[in-house]
Amino acid sequence: MNLNEMTAHELHDLLTAKEISAAQITADVLARVDEVEDAIGAYVTVTREKALADAKAVDEKISRGEKISALEGIPCAVKDNICTRGIRTTCASKILEDFVPPYDATAYSKLAAQNPILIGKANMDEFAMGGSTENSGFHVTRNPRNLDCVPGGSSGGSAAAVAAGEAVFALGSDTGGSIRQPASFCGVVGMKPTYGRVSRYGLVAYASSLDQIGPITRDVTDCALVLNAISGHDDMDSTSTAAQVPDFTTALVNDVTGLRIGLPKEYFVAGIDSEVEAAVRRVAKNLERLGAHIVDISLPHTDYAISTYYLIAPAEAATNLERYDGVSYGARVDGADVVEMMTNTRTQKFGAEVKRRIMIGNYALSAGYYDAYYLKALKVRTLIARDFAEAFKTVDLILAPTAPTAAFKLGEMVSDPLKMYLQDICTVPLNLAGLPGISIPCGVTSGGLPIGFQLIGKALDEATILRAAYTCEQNS
Amino acid sequence: MKVSAQDIRTVASLSRLRISDEEAPDVTAQLEKFLTYVENLQAIDTTDIEPTTYALPIQNVFRADEVKPSLARDLALSNAPLAEDGYFKVPRVLEV
Repeated sequence: MNLNEMTAHELHDLLTAKEISAAQITADVLARVDEVEDAIGAYVTVTREKALADAKAVDEKISRGEKISALEGIPCAVKDNICTRGIRTTCASKILEDFVPPYDATAYSKLAAQNPILIGKANMDEFAMGGSTENSGFHVTRNPRNLDCVPGGSSGGSAAAVAAGEAVFALGSDTGGSIRQPASFCGVVGMKPTYGRVSRYGLVAYASSLDQIGPITRDVTDCALVLNAISGHDDMDSTSTAAQVPDFTTALVNDVTGLRIGLPKEYFVAGIDSEVEAAVRRVAKNLERLGAHIVDISLPHTDYAISTYYLIAPAEAATNLERYDGVSYGARVDGADVVEMMTNTRTQKFGAEVKRRIMIGNYALSAGYYDAYYLKALKVRTLIARDFAEAFKTVDLILAPTAPTAAFKLGEMVSDPLKMYLQDICTVPLNLAGLPGISIPCGVTSGGLPIGFQLIGKALDEATILRAAYTCEQNS
Repeated sequence: MKVSAQDIRTVASLSRLRISDEEAPDVTAQLEKFLTYVENLQAIDTTDIEPTTYALPIQNVFRADEVKPSLARDLALSNAPLAEDGYFKVPRVLEV
């Protein structure tokens, strides 16, 4: 087995046994980047020199007999909307093409405290707006499982890097499914933690009430290890929760006996691919065989989740993206006066989808339309959250597809934005309700494309999700 | 759902975006299609339903009013498109 195909915990065991060095692992992953990156395009920036120097430092530490952390010396990718001090952070936008953050995002500084090896900054849909990574301002990313297909998005670079052996694990961000859907398309594990579990300080804001950083990994154990590293309260993010962070590795128990798992009927309706549905139903049968109780449930407002999300997220985005005005950072295109300068900058440097969402957002927020669109969506958001609260009175977890289909072809959806939005039906409800969810691989289609299933948990109960996900993984 | 040319101009102006005459029909058609889709929300009775801005309960956070180190000025200006004498520099705002 190649080093670049192993999990973080397997590599950690080899490192502590001194069977391999961090330099060897890093060289192996960088060789893989050289081999496949032209075809896949997972990265915006590759931090080769830093990676080699950091690996050397880890090896020196090991040779001095010092103890190393669970992720020490393990190569990783970080989505390019997570600020890294001194390392270009573009959000895959021309407007931030030359932006070098003067500070680290909290999630990255917490991760960096464990000394993993940063291989690079991962490609994404511009400002995390999209589900295919085709909206990157620089280049598309291709699905390592089938180069004609998209890797999903918006964390498509992060998921593709992990699937292709260009990183062992990655950080992504998830506003409406942007970790879980690419994980499912690329056949890897991806988790969106509870809103507030991971600090958003230094995450380039898209929709502040929905955004959350999370892990993309090769297995559930690595997911728990990365979640351990990045979780916790942060004074710099007033929405980060003060709740205690458990050691998520203690949740890695191969036992679902007695767990009550709900199957929401609204997630298995028209539009879902029959192979995806069959694969998710097989997971339910398997969980039942392993001792869980499968319960049919209803989340009646699911049909309204897309409308609700695509009014709230663009409204927040339109507000957040006001800061790109060509003044304090980012690109500037000159103009005769300050308004013309700002208009030139934004018109020329934002991509089509970003401009579309800014227009939708400002329309929904504008005088005369605010009540009918934005306020209405906020009220329906309450009903969607109540559906989950009601369901969680009788179940511990909810099982659903991650996406209605496996990865689609490059170019297939770009001409129809609304069709692309409808792909998010299984993932956006969690963001609206602030709940945690994971996507786990569960087989492939007849065409060989990965299928993912989703486990949804109660707020702050990532542990039960990890327990059931781990059990599925061990018994698949 | 019809969107007028005036609406498009107003929203573009609020957004500090320029929409050319060639782009306007497409932008209008896409916005109309989107607004038609989200009409489904109007069928839901939301009388007496409180809006949710944040899904989980969050409270105002207080901290001691203490002076702490902040970003140094040269670092804060390091990404500025144009800076001079420790200030951000922008095109003329006021007529003189």
